[in-house]
Amino acid sequence: MHAPQGGLMVAIKATLKRDLTLMLRRRGEVLNPLVFFALVITLFPIGISPDPELLASIAPGLLWVAALLAALLSLDSLFRSDYDDGSLEQLLLAPQPLAALGLAKVAVHWLLTGLPLALMAPLLGIMLSLPAGSYAVLALSLALGTASLSLIGAIGAALTVGLARGGVLLSLLVLPLYIPVLIFGAGAVQAAIFGEGIAAHLAILGALLALALMLAPWAIAASLRISING
Amino acid sequence: MSLCLQARQLACERDDRWLFEGLDLDIQSGEIVRIEGPNGSGKTTLLKILSGQLTDYRGELYWNGEPMRQAREHFLANLLYLGHAPGVKAGLSPLENLAWYQALSGEKGSEPAREAALAAVGLAGFEDVPAGQLSAGQQRRVALARLTLTQRALWVLDEPFTAIDRQGVAALEAQLVAHAQSGGCVLVTTHHALTESPVLRRIQLG
Repeated sequence: MHAPQGGLMVAIKATLKRDLTLMLRRRGEVLNPLVFFALVITLFPIGISPDPELLASIAPGLLWVAALLAALLSLDSLFRSDYDDGSLEQLLLAPQPLAALGLAKVAVHWLLTGLPLALMAPLLGIMLSLPAGSYAVLALSLALGTASLSLIGAIGAALTVGLARGGVLLSLLVLPLYIPVLIFGAGAVQAAIFGEGIAAHLAILGALLALALMLAPWAIAASLRISING
Repeated sequence: MSLCLQARQLACERDDRWLFEGLDLDIQSGEIVRIEGPNGSGKTTLLKILSGQLTDYRGELYWNGEPMRQAREHFLANLLYLGHAPGVKAGLSPLENLAWYQALSGEKGSEPAREAALAAVGLAGFEDVPAGQLSAGQQRRVALARLTLTQRALWVLDEPFTAIDRQGVAALEAQLVAHAQSGGCVLVTTHHALTESPVLRRIQLG
């Protein structure tokens, strides 16, 4: 007879390590959103106009929208393979809080999707002749914003994991919740270009992230339970 | 201390059809209980309900006399469930798979212990091969290695003999009997005749 014995840190660390190992062994899946991001941004100057002034004015929104869609693309696979091979039901039966284990999975998703997107964005910003001085703000706002996007998106991914083709439904579910992040993220970069204060925008992005960090893990856990029940 | 899982007036409906109704169950230490019934009679559903995965049922579940809702954490710390899907990650080696399962229950475990568990299920020499390259039977064996590795009292096994060869079946059956005799209990569905089990109890569905 065993009493519950804790060991939550052990479980979280092992889950982080497992997901990182798995993702790094499937490099194609990690690269997909980054390639998508690069392709979209490369096509815009060709399709619209190479005029630097025009591009600079739409660059913040463009970079943010493309990064958001790239992050969205990668979400569907977050719980999919675990669901297919039965690891997800084992995760749900672990004597550990599911919210914490779900958070570990989301953290890996952000590390391998959101963070690389944020680091790549300044490079692509050059192609859109993004004015100097806004590059750091672009990377920072994306790093903060994509963390919220990963957390919110994971709720949708958890809800749709039981469906055979949940991709479209997932987008419809989470896009409305992505809009505040998009507004304040792109707003921060705009403000940096016009030399206005960026603190307010970044503070709101931080607040959104704090809120998502607090609520999303519970919502993810509940959604996973619903999906497994179905 | 003996443990027991009780179900009272358990009923489950699927697609306007009662899979089972008014089911009373007592599973005690030292027992092997086999759920029997034709395909589609609700064996897997019953196991999922009894292992706390499905909430879509009527009736009450008790773990050591306490309602399942309150005893859930304690119950999960004593449960080892193996479902239809073995839960083995194709991209990880058998050793890495087992390490994650050990960590989920809060134990760090040790590499020699995991290697010994794999050797016990006949997978010595396959420790570092990606599980995706193993055969279906070998993947099932990786999952079964958790029976040796993790000390849990209640085993809930859904068709554990699937894809396992004849020697493996005999060894697994002996392991189930040994577990029951040492005070654990086993809840199993299988179409395989459990001939070696002296303490077998049957529950018929459908």
